[in-house]
Amino acid sequence: MNSKEERDLLKILHYINQFYGGIGGEEHAGHLPEMREGAHGPGMAFAAAFGDAATITHTIVCGDSYFGENLEAAKQTILDMVRQVKPDMFIAGPAFNAGRYGVACGTICDAVKTELGIPVLTGMYVENPGAEMFVDKMHIISTRDSGAGMREAVPKMAKLALKLARGEKIGASIEEGYMPGYMRVNFFEKERGSKRAVDMLLAKMKGEPFVTEFPMPDFDRVEPLPPIADITKARVALVTSGGIVPKGNPDRIEASSASKYGEYDIAGVGDLTEATYETAHGGYDPTYANVDADRVLPVDVLREMETAGKIGSLHNKFYTTTGNGTAVKSSAAFAVEFAAKLKNDGVDAVILTST
Amino acid sequence: MKLTIGNINITDVVLGAESKVEGGTLFVNPKELEALVLEDGNIASVSFDVAKPGESTRITPVKDVIEPRTKADGPGGMFPGVVAKVDTVGSGVTHVLKGAAVVTVGKIVGFQEGIIDMSGPGADYTPFSGTINLVMDFVPRDGLSAQEYEKSLRVAGLKAASFLGDLAKNVKPDEVIEYDFLSATESMKKYPDLPRVGYVQMLQSQGLLHDTYVYGVDMKQSLTTMISPTEVFDGAIVSGNCVSACDKNTTYHHQNNPVVTDLFARHGAELNFAGMIITNENVYLADKIRSSDWTAKLCEMMGFDGVIISQEGFGNPDTDLIMNCKKIEAKGIHTVIITDEYAGRDGTSQSLADVDAAANAVVTGGNANEVVTLPKMDKIIGSQDYVDVIAGGFENNMKSDGSIVVEIQAIIGATNEMGFNKMSAR
Repeated sequence: MNSKEERDLLKILHYINQFYGGIGGEEHAGHLPEMREGAHGPGMAFAAAFGDAATITHTIVCGDSYFGENLEAAKQTILDMVRQVKPDMFIAGPAFNAGRYGVACGTICDAVKTELGIPVLTGMYVENPGAEMFVDKMHIISTRDSGAGMREAVPKMAKLALKLARGEKIGASIEEGYMPGYMRVNFFEKERGSKRAVDMLLAKMKGEPFVTEFPMPDFDRVEPLPPIADITKARVALVTSGGIVPKGNPDRIEASSASKYGEYDIAGVGDLTEATYETAHGGYDPTYANVDADRVLPVDVLREMETAGKIGSLHNKFYTTTGNGTAVKSSAAFAVEFAAKLKNDGVDAVILTST
Repeated sequence: MKLTIGNINITDVVLGAESKVEGGTLFVNPKELEALVLEDGNIASVSFDVAKPGESTRITPVKDVIEPRTKADGPGGMFPGVVAKVDTVGSGVTHVLKGAAVVTVGKIVGFQEGIIDMSGPGADYTPFSGTINLVMDFVPRDGLSAQEYEKSLRVAGLKAASFLGDLAKNVKPDEVIEYDFLSATESMKKYPDLPRVGYVQMLQSQGLLHDTYVYGVDMKQSLTTMISPTEVFDGAIVSGNCVSACDKNTTYHHQNNPVVTDLFARHGAELNFAGMIITNENVYLADKIRSSDWTAKLCEMMGFDGVIISQEGFGNPDTDLIMNCKKIEAKGIHTVIITDEYAGRDGTSQSLADVDAAANAVVTGGNANEVVTLPKMDKIIGSQDYVDVIAGGFENNMKSDGSIVVEIQAIIGATNEMGFNKMSAR
């Protein structure tokens, strides 16, 4: 092996339970985490599948009960082991339908991914409780419900693991074999959408099985807080997804799919005019917002209410982005940031305007 | 209603001294078309170009794409209420210049105009990389409002397509397809054992660059209503909108409505295509409630067993889509919805702005946020000045090597929600 190949050989760290680690069954489920060199158990099959592309340098073996009953301690011990090895890729399982093993695989993969930034992959049966818990957080290869599915699972996991480790483009879930629900990826079907829709409707009407192309997710619904006790004392802030920005859109907030939000000072501003403000939003007719941006961000009315003592005060900063085509995940990330600023600034209430 | 479509395969478009269709070639005298569109004093000038599949050509910012068609026999004319006078279309004989399209271009009205690449990776996402495009690049008169400008360009494109279609009134078609939409009683007698299937088409109606016209009527001012599916082949529905380019239904999409053609393809064998409902996507909540109530009510009155619902646009219209789906399902009628997704650039965000468990059969046109690099093209028709501000563009997305990085939502028709394309997502 020359030096270049050595450099390119990806280092893989593999996590398995006490059973696959050859220690024993349920009676050994309390086994403490240990790290061994090289590949063990199912790791041998992975090593064969990787060939010259990657090597399993270490294997961590941990009892399923120990992990489940000592979650934090187990996580920290294993994270320390991962830090020591600094692998290019972390693989756990596959866990098939073993519930505690599946939850352990999901939990440790999630920790390695979020805390250490190392790409992770696991595999399990769709009804494993770990699948439901972690399907929206990582790639999970869909496997059969028992170890008899090992021969099928390993090539799929090995192939996807190499792509993840190399940072290559990941195909759609049905192409790669991971569970839908984590990452939506485009690909080209054999038939056009309208034909697929007719086929799906015919199956649905006949009561035959069909597979929706987009399983409905759980929707994030937020319970409103109790009303403000005394609004005449409250500091009120304005936040909008209607794209109102100072004229010229100084921060270049996108017309659609915003990658950022703006924070603008309105101290001393009593009215948003055509000369001073406009909208960056590409999802509605901007004419009326551009003529009078108060229609979307009602600074004028709130200043009047402030003067009349109907509200305590109008906060001197507003936060804005374009909701148009912007990923919910991005919106949530913006809000986490500026909600902290609003709280820090002693704001009691926020009026959110949309379009 | 019986309509015969006669397709005349166009294999070349040539600008020259005479306008005619001969031997599969569409010859266009630009002077004639120019005179036609300059009848509208709001248009200062227009220039013409032809873009063919496989060329290193980018067309942007594109407003609409229209297929040249003509009424060769029977009542009415193309684009009734807009170009032809109001008269019921959808029967008789219609000639189509198959393979040709009129593409309208001009400085942007809003943010929603899009891109067509005739080759390279961008070409895979748009059906209009496969048509021979007569591109009309307009310059408006100074001082026009956005609304006046949008209307002038919309009508100019339709007039031009109608003019070109008329050149083929007496040309013998290469292919003939017959569509027969039966009355309720006829179809029930003829196909008593087949499930009655309807099509609910949602039409974008949110305002400037977000409007759709039916026989010239702005759809946001209409209650949910019914139309014969054959009428759409004669331009009864025209696009006045650009939403985001990827999920805007261009006039070409309406003229070639794939749900209509695919339902007709199974009609009489596996299903009875029993009706088509058109409804709007207005911005006010009361309008959304009223329109979806009417949609569900009409489905029930028509005795449908199942319907396909197609959406246009995203975000706000997701609420209309889910309302339609929920209310129709609540009537005991099966639904399949066609939508697209905004799952973020990495695909891990929530795809739709509204969801419901009733929507258990979904066809998706793909994730519009997916990012693609469009390489430099040798020729630009229109202008690349806007590729950073159109929906799907972003700051500094033009690279020094001439390539541009965009979300595919900037590409015309990329994630079409009438199921026009093969692209999907999982």
